[in-house]
Amino acid sequence: MPEPLISAERVPAATVQDGPPALAVSKLWKVFGPRADKIVGTPLAELPRPELLERTGCVAAVRDISFTVAPTEVFVVMGLSGSGKSTLVRCLTRLVEPTSGDVLIEGEDLRAADQRRLRELRRHRFAMVFQHFGLLPHRRVLDNVAYGLEIRGVAKAERLRRAGEVLDLVGLSGYADHFPDQLSGGMQQRVGLGRALAVDPRILFFDEPFSALDPLIRRDMQNEVLRLHHEVGKTMVFITHDLHEALRLGDRILIMRDGAAVQIGRPDEVVGAPADDYVRDFVADVPKSHVLTIRWVMRPVRADDPLDGPELGADVVVRDAVRAVLSSAAPVKVVHDGELVGMVDDEAILRVIVAEEP
Amino acid sequence: MTTLSAGAVRRAARLPRSWLFGGVVAVWVLLWIPLHGQDTLALSTSELTSLHERLNDLRDAINNTRGSSPVFSAFFDVIREAVDALTVFLQSLISQPAYGRPVPLIGWLGVVVVATLAAYAAGNLRVAVLTAAGFTSFGLLGYWQQSMDTLALTVAAVLICLVIGIPLGIWAGLSDRLHRVLTPVLDFMQTMPTFVYLAPLTLFFLIGPASGVIATLIYAMPPVIRITAHGIRTVAFSSVEAGTSLGATKWQLLRTVRVPLAKRTIVLGVNQTVMCALSMVTIAALIDAPGLGQVVLRALQTLDVGTAFRAGLAIVIMAIVLDRVTTAARDRVEARYRLGPKARGRRRIVLAGLGVAAAVALYLSYTYVWAAFFPGPAGTGVVGGQVAAGVTDASDWVQLHLGAVTDAIRNAISYGLLNPLQALIAQSPWYLVSAVVLALAWIVAGPRIVPTVAVCLGLLVATGLWQEAMVTLAATLVATVIVMALGIAVGVWMGRSDRADALIRPTLDAAQVMPAFVYLVPFLGLFGASRFTAIVAAVVFAAPVAIKLVADGVRGVPATVVEAATSSGSSAWQVVTKVQLPLARQSVTLAANQGLIYVLSMVVVGGLVGAGALGYLVVAGFSQSDLYGKGLAAGVAVVLLGVLLDRTTQAAARRMDAGTRRGRDQ
Ligand SMILES: Nc1ncnc2c1ncn2[C@@H]1O[C@H](COP(=O)(O)OP(=O)(O)O)[C@@H](O)[C@H]1O
Ligand SMILES: [Mg+2]
Repeated sequence: MPEPLISAERVPAATVQDGPPALAVSKLWKVFGPRADKIVGTPLAELPRPELLERTGCVAAVRDISFTVAPTEVFVVMGLSGSGKSTLVRCLTRLVEPTSGDVLIEGEDLRAADQRRLRELRRHRFAMVFQHFGLLPHRRVLDNVAYGLEIRGVAKAERLRRAGEVLDLVGLSGYADHFPDQLSGGMQQRVGLGRALAVDPRILFFDEPFSALDPLIRRDMQNEVLRLHHEVGKTMVFITHDLHEALRLGDRILIMRDGAAVQIGRPDEVVGAPADDYVRDFVADVPKSHVLTIRWVMRPVRADDPLDGPELGADVVVRDAVRAVLSSAAPVKVVHDGELVGMVDDEAILRVIVAEEP
Repeated sequence: MTTLSAGAVRRAARLPRSWLFGGVVAVWVLLWIPLHGQDTLALSTSELTSLHERLNDLRDAINNTRGSSPVFSAFFDVIREAVDALTVFLQSLISQPAYGRPVPLIGWLGVVVVATLAAYAAGNLRVAVLTAAGFTSFGLLGYWQQSMDTLALTVAAVLICLVIGIPLGIWAGLSDRLHRVLTPVLDFMQTMPTFVYLAPLTLFFLIGPASGVIATLIYAMPPVIRITAHGIRTVAFSSVEAGTSLGATKWQLLRTVRVPLAKRTIVLGVNQTVMCALSMVTIAALIDAPGLGQVVLRALQTLDVGTAFRAGLAIVIMAIVLDRVTTAARDRVEARYRLGPKARGRRRIVLAGLGVAAAVALYLSYTYVWAAFFPGPAGTGVVGGQVAAGVTDASDWVQLHLGAVTDAIRNAISYGLLNPLQALIAQSPWYLVSAVVLALAWIVAGPRIVPTVAVCLGLLVATGLWQEAMVTLAATLVATVIVMALGIAVGVWMGRSDRADALIRPTLDAAQVMPAFVYLVPFLGLFGASRFTAIVAAVVFAAPVAIKLVADGVRGVPATVVEAATSSGSSAWQVVTKVQLPLARQSVTLAANQGLIYVLSMVVVGGLVGAGALGYLVVAGFSQSDLYGKGLAAGVAVVLLGVLLDRTTQAAARRMDAGTRRGRDQ
């Protein structure tokens, strides 16, 4: 049985806001090139990328991006290669200096932090997992995982103990004394994940962590991330170019194109109401019944509707509603917050399913 | 005159470059017929120009102010004394009688065991055994003390090189600005033929061991700086970024990421520096640096092939030992991390055992005469006498019985290639040669090179040694042509066949670690003292680097391109000439560049065995006081030739690269 695109065991992001968001980004720009700071705010910034490059020799890798991420949310950034995802996520940790805009980490202005404060934040507040792992080949797996703690100045016995625990958590017990190049790609990325988790950060950034892996391993690793999210409940910002990965992992998805945001929304919003043709093309091949909730297929309640059918929540995915709807003679009632919001009948369900047939 | 106007060149540029090249040469030959022998700026050996005399005066002036000038007491003397102190200390440890004893502090037994221990600690058991055998052979050959002098000077130079070079290299790896400043300086240091530092150095540091070590420093420092910087620069960015993302400081990144990941490369730089140092220490015999080089030098000057070979053999053995140990050290950088606890334990036991043995050997060699003096007849050693006599006999036999063959080879190259070329270059008026060189440089390297070439030519005229320079240039060109023929033939073969590569490469690697000096010895035995000997030695000296560059270039041609050519029915010959060589032409040009530089430095060293021209003048400058200035000018002329050839071929290589890229883009 194919795995659901939307995982059932996902921890719902905190919906009620208490305190500041984990991450708030507003009007963020990153321009690479000569005199890059002279571009934002001028008409030049409005030019499409190739023209800007032609006229100024600069590349606007990130253009005017704003979003917030709630605590424990999994926020996915998706786009084709070259759309500026890596640059964006590096701006959030200042591995790349943003050209303009604001980044607030739990309310603190990241761009105002001096080097010392920035190091402090990197050591304690957030950690990153990289596409190409970035492991230290001359260190054992255990020492790789303990590296962040070493940098922080944790005593040897303590950091090795903690690293051992993390190895168990990421499923690498028994590999402590191996060297990275003795491990498969998937296991190396578990080491990368372990290294990030060992410092117990509050936010985890992932830059296409699984792109270099085989599809089967990739799926394992996605499950691993979901499991970890379930267990440790961290805020995650996850970069990917793979829509399926985005749909499986993301509470919300930001779709980027040529550096700019095209759409931000929940997976079902992205699939059900693509913002433009670019997104529509992207989601064309997605099996809609796996993503759309019945909210997207229900119709308004009519006066003559029989109300003796079964009830389903508005957030139930179509695929899970199929049996209930088809086996009931009367249309199914869609309920949200105890109120009747619509009806779903056989025809509506079948339209979604049939559309997926090749 | 044959100066071509810019317009003519531009119009002509549409012709293939080789036609233009041939055209210029043809015009040259035609003009040579009426003009040859005129304005050749010849100067007999004992004649001096006013420049040479002024250089002599300068030397005298410097020598006279040495005692009083603050520049000397505060700068040059300080350096010399510091280097001297280190050198004398090392010599008193292993080679020279010291502290009122008739022998050094550590006798042969102590040195052999400690060296073995060091080889094991840095490398592995195999190189430890090799080291023990190699060091023992120095004594057996009868050159224990000379070998230890050479070793002491090499170690002194290498220590200073590493103490300065590694930090500087790391810094250059981190700072783009320093890297930009340093690169041309290092380039220049490396293209200067070793020979020519020596004379000016003695001016400031006197002759003797200290000058020898300082000359060696200058020659051996660039590789470790350059390779260390390269190692630091090429550390995987992803690892550095990961460290940064965890909040590492610059210093933490350097200590935990950059240096460990670059360590293997840095040790490779150490290897290169050690090999360069050994090579230069032997050549520094010309300015009275003690050791094996002195023995070879004296034997070369008296044409005593047997003795030259015996001492040369000791140098070769030392080169092999040092190369193998430092290479093993490089491989151990990786292996060390991976040792399991068991292997680590075993290693500790062997190390402890060797440590105890070393302590005992040190004590014995300090206390007992038998462990201090290497046993065996003084002067010839246990086997040294036989080796020398055997080689002398063999050389005599070859010259007697194979004389016909060696003469035939020598004559073929002399009459077929060398004499005509030398007549053309050295017998043309200087302005004709200059015009031709300018035109050819323009054709192969583009107009931007013209000013540099013009300046070099002008300065060559100013040295007063134009004709000598042209004779040296002719020999260099002949040797380079042969080097390139070899380079392309063998390089293409190696590039196309893995088996050939596996077979030949180790030999080339071994040949490259040999100090320049020892190449002269066997060819002196075969061909006697002549400029031809120098040319052959230069060919053998330069061929390995050219062959390797060509092979790597051919290897670098994408397999898909070769496959496509083959599948469209090209013959092997067509694939080589139409695909592989054209695509590898940048490597071929680089090979020519390196070939020229290597050949030039060796052709000059060939002055020792009768090659004449600039090389002879450089050597004469060391030994005859009134030729000092002329020798110095000859050194400058060598540098000018080197710069001219190097800049032109580099520019040609760059231009080809640009051409290839443009071709690819279309
Ligand atoms: N350091 C840099 N200097 C100049 N241009 C860059 C740099 N890094 C990225 N870019 C450019 O910015 C754009 C976005 O790159 P990136 O963020 O890596 O995209 P993605 O991760 O989505 O593939 C690309 O056009 C890339 O060429
Ligand atoms: Mg990327």
